[in-house]
Amino acid sequence: MRFQPVIGLEVHVQLNTQSKIFCGCSTRFGAEPNQNTCPVCLGLPGALPVLNRQVVEAAIMAGLATNCSIAHRSIFARKNYFYPDLPKGYQISQFEQPICEKGWLEIQLEGQAPKRIGITRIHMEEDAGKLVHGLGSGSGVDLNRAGTPLLEVVSEPDFRSADEAVAYLKQLHQIVTYLGICDGNMEEGSFRCDANVSVMPVGSATFGTRAEIKNVNSFKFVKAAIEYEINRQIDLIEDGGRVVQETRLFDPNSGSTRSMRGKEEAHDYRYFPDPDLVPLVISADWVERTEKELPELPAIKRQRFITQFGLSEYDAEVLTAARSLANYFEETAAFAHNPKAAANWVMGEVTRALNDNGLTIDSCPVAPRRLADLLHLIDKGTVSNNIAKKVFELMWQSDKEPAAIVEEQGMAQVSDSGAIEAAIDQILAANQCQVEEFRSGKDKVFGFFVGQVMKAMKGKANPAVVNDLLLKKLKA
Amino acid sequence: MELHTLTIHQLHQQLKNRTVSSVEATKALLTRIEATDSRINAFITVAADQALAAAEAADQRIANGDCQLLTGIPLALKDIFLTEGVRTTCASRILENFIAPYDATAWARLKSQGAVLLGKLNQDEFAMGSSSENSAFGPTRNPWDTDRIPGGSSGGSAAAVAAQQAIATLGTDTGGSIRQPAAHCGCVGLKPTYGRVSRYGVIAYASSLDQVGPVTHDVTDAALLLQTIAGHDPKDSTSIDQPVPDYRASLTNDVKGLTIGLPKEYFIEGLDPDVQASMDNAIAHLKSQGAEFREISLPHTSYAVACYYLIATAEASSNLARYEGVRFGHRAKDSQGLIEMMMQSRAEGFGAEVKRRIMLGTYALSSGYYDAYYLKAQKVRTLIQRDFSEAFKQVDVLLTPVTPTPAFRIGEKTADPLQMYLSDIFTIPVNLAGICGISLPARPASNGLPIGLQLIGRPFGEETILRAAYSFEQTTDWHRQKAAL
Repeated sequence: MRFQPVIGLEVHVQLNTQSKIFCGCSTRFGAEPNQNTCPVCLGLPGALPVLNRQVVEAAIMAGLATNCSIAHRSIFARKNYFYPDLPKGYQISQFEQPICEKGWLEIQLEGQAPKRIGITRIHMEEDAGKLVHGLGSGSGVDLNRAGTPLLEVVSEPDFRSADEAVAYLKQLHQIVTYLGICDGNMEEGSFRCDANVSVMPVGSATFGTRAEIKNVNSFKFVKAAIEYEINRQIDLIEDGGRVVQETRLFDPNSGSTRSMRGKEEAHDYRYFPDPDLVPLVISADWVERTEKELPELPAIKRQRFITQFGLSEYDAEVLTAARSLANYFEETAAFAHNPKAAANWVMGEVTRALNDNGLTIDSCPVAPRRLADLLHLIDKGTVSNNIAKKVFELMWQSDKEPAAIVEEQGMAQVSDSGAIEAAIDQILAANQCQVEEFRSGKDKVFGFFVGQVMKAMKGKANPAVVNDLLLKKLKA
Repeated sequence: MELHTLTIHQLHQQLKNRTVSSVEATKALLTRIEATDSRINAFITVAADQALAAAEAADQRIANGDCQLLTGIPLALKDIFLTEGVRTTCASRILENFIAPYDATAWARLKSQGAVLLGKLNQDEFAMGSSSENSAFGPTRNPWDTDRIPGGSSGGSAAAVAAQQAIATLGTDTGGSIRQPAAHCGCVGLKPTYGRVSRYGVIAYASSLDQVGPVTHDVTDAALLLQTIAGHDPKDSTSIDQPVPDYRASLTNDVKGLTIGLPKEYFIEGLDPDVQASMDNAIAHLKSQGAEFREISLPHTSYAVACYYLIATAEASSNLARYEGVRFGHRAKDSQGLIEMMMQSRAEGFGAEVKRRIMLGTYALSSGYYDAYYLKAQKVRTLIQRDFSEAFKQVDVLLTPVTPTPAFRIGEKTADPLQMYLSDIFTIPVNLAGICGISLPARPASNGLPIGLQLIGRPFGEETILRAAYSFEQTTDWHRQKAAL
């Protein structure tokens, strides 16, 4: 029998607001344990939540960017369970009537038609704190993270392979970082996902029993976890067993999943509307305003780069991978008036230098304006492309204008035909053998002469002039 | 007059005229507490030292010419209000040694005027009860007859006023917890409209029903206290941002043109004859002052108690989840592992009634039962709200008894929770509808026990019920009768 996997994803997006979702405490990472707390996020008796407007704003943005409808009225609910990192004994979340519903994203795998993935809902909720073990006498509770705002993005069970799931995740990750509502740091858990995986015989109309894999925090692990789980379930069924509904954990070291708790141990969360918070009413005006202020989304930007700058699909894809990279490119292109060269430099030299130095585009020491100046020097023929790379290296280390560096280092290109002619004459005289070869039809030797002339002129000769004169002399 | 017998407005005049100091008044009340509370048990904590220090500071303020309404007035609070530096137990073992790091907003507003906190008052544990017998600190007794209950859950708040141990007090009312004890103790008790007073820093029992209010000697004091504690609080999302009117301006001794409704479902057969007679007497009084009466119907009244005990317990089961021994409060010793520690702490820390309500509420919210219980109760709640809004299209105020009987004996209903729950049938609908109600002394029973009269108003209709209550009070002197102790 052949099997068809069915996958749905629940993604937790940690929002990068300054303060927590229901109190004014800082969301800063890395503070001393329990430093960023107050009666509200400590769950002290008598404390009450007050909704952070920035969180609502972020949720509306995420909803609009994923084609959701924004609920005019949504409500918060309590999800009740006991755990020491959950100070109130319940998590404030949304259950019935979430803020966003019925959206979609389009994914495209190489060589396949585009596919629309349904988004069931997006809701707002608070994060829990964390337990710190190994303190000697017992375990500690750190509530700095308690109350950090999260969006939970729930997809329809529309994926049929791990690759589709990963393509969707990458796109969603790109969108929330583009929107500037999440730092996208997967290692620190700012973007993490649960996967619901089941398999059914190909052609079946009903889904199989699903297992939920919790808290996978890299694209690589998501793919590995889903693929492992698909194979596990198929093997199980083929061996005459049955898949049970359960929660499983992925172990990155072994690349496998293991059972965490079964259906009978599943919590009854006793959701009910939180009486401490009034229904959230969002005016059409608010949605409209947010929509107007929405930054250009990656898919649209990609298309624009292709039409406006004449970039290839591949180049546009690379340059729009992150919003900051796209901005860097666009600023450079605007000053340089040579988008193609700007694209090549940003994808080439700039990216290489960033990688070598372990930097991100936000901390690139060469400003777009400076890079554009360098491209101007190439266009004007002041430096060759190769010399420009050396200038770029020096720009990386100092804050100097490229023109000043060229001047100081005497790197300007020589286009003076007299100087070049003299050099050519010397080379031809010293290499009579090769001259004969060329004249007998061995065109390949031409490259040798170019190299020799450039070497003699320390690379500064204008390659076009060299080519020109060399050809004339050889054919003379 | 002895200082401990004064009202807020009387003592304020004396403080303002500098004929008496806050320290003198505070000492008089501390002496009174000392002399009487072994018989009443109204106080869980008496904060004598802090009270005297606050009184001295108030006297200093007054000397500097700053004598606001509550400056130097010795008050006491139900032990459900968080008070920085003075422990807050909620009458529970689980919070026996809990000292809050912040003040409840209602108390903070009084404190900022220079009010003096005498101490914290006994109540039913977590405000769950109608008799103040469910306290980890022993039952409070009714100053009129110490064999009887003072009502609950704010029994200490009413008993302390009745015993003249505090000039006035604050309580909370979730299903009648201010009005019912005020009625049993011969005080004035006001439950404001839901959202009128901040709940921030008040230990939650049932969040959609809880409301803070005053217990006082007379209607004027109730208006004065409400004036100070009412108003929007940015820390409570359910507090409503609506201007606070001048409540004193509504104390006009004039009910002419006021239409008062008598809900027929509240005047049922089997109502205690003394209570019926007291209501008839009150109606006659108000009629003679020019009020018009009309019988109206609140058809869903009989569902109110059932509805209340689903919604209140459901919310309570969640509100009380935070008491598990991890961060504060009682933690069981020698338990093996985390889950056992939480379970053991709760088993040891909570009393029987609290456990009963947590279980009821947990059940009502459980998957498979939610629709039949919690959701159904919410629908009934909407119908009860609609009953009142229909009634208020015809009348300005409703007049009802507060309780079916005068105060019952200690122990009389503890064995039968359902009988106990029924003592709130006339007060619960007001909480479910989120509207306001006041209880004030009417003609007492033949055996001398106090009987309360309830006036119910529209949402934010406090001015109207205060006006009617004040007019009634002007023609009677039952509020001046005090328990002999």
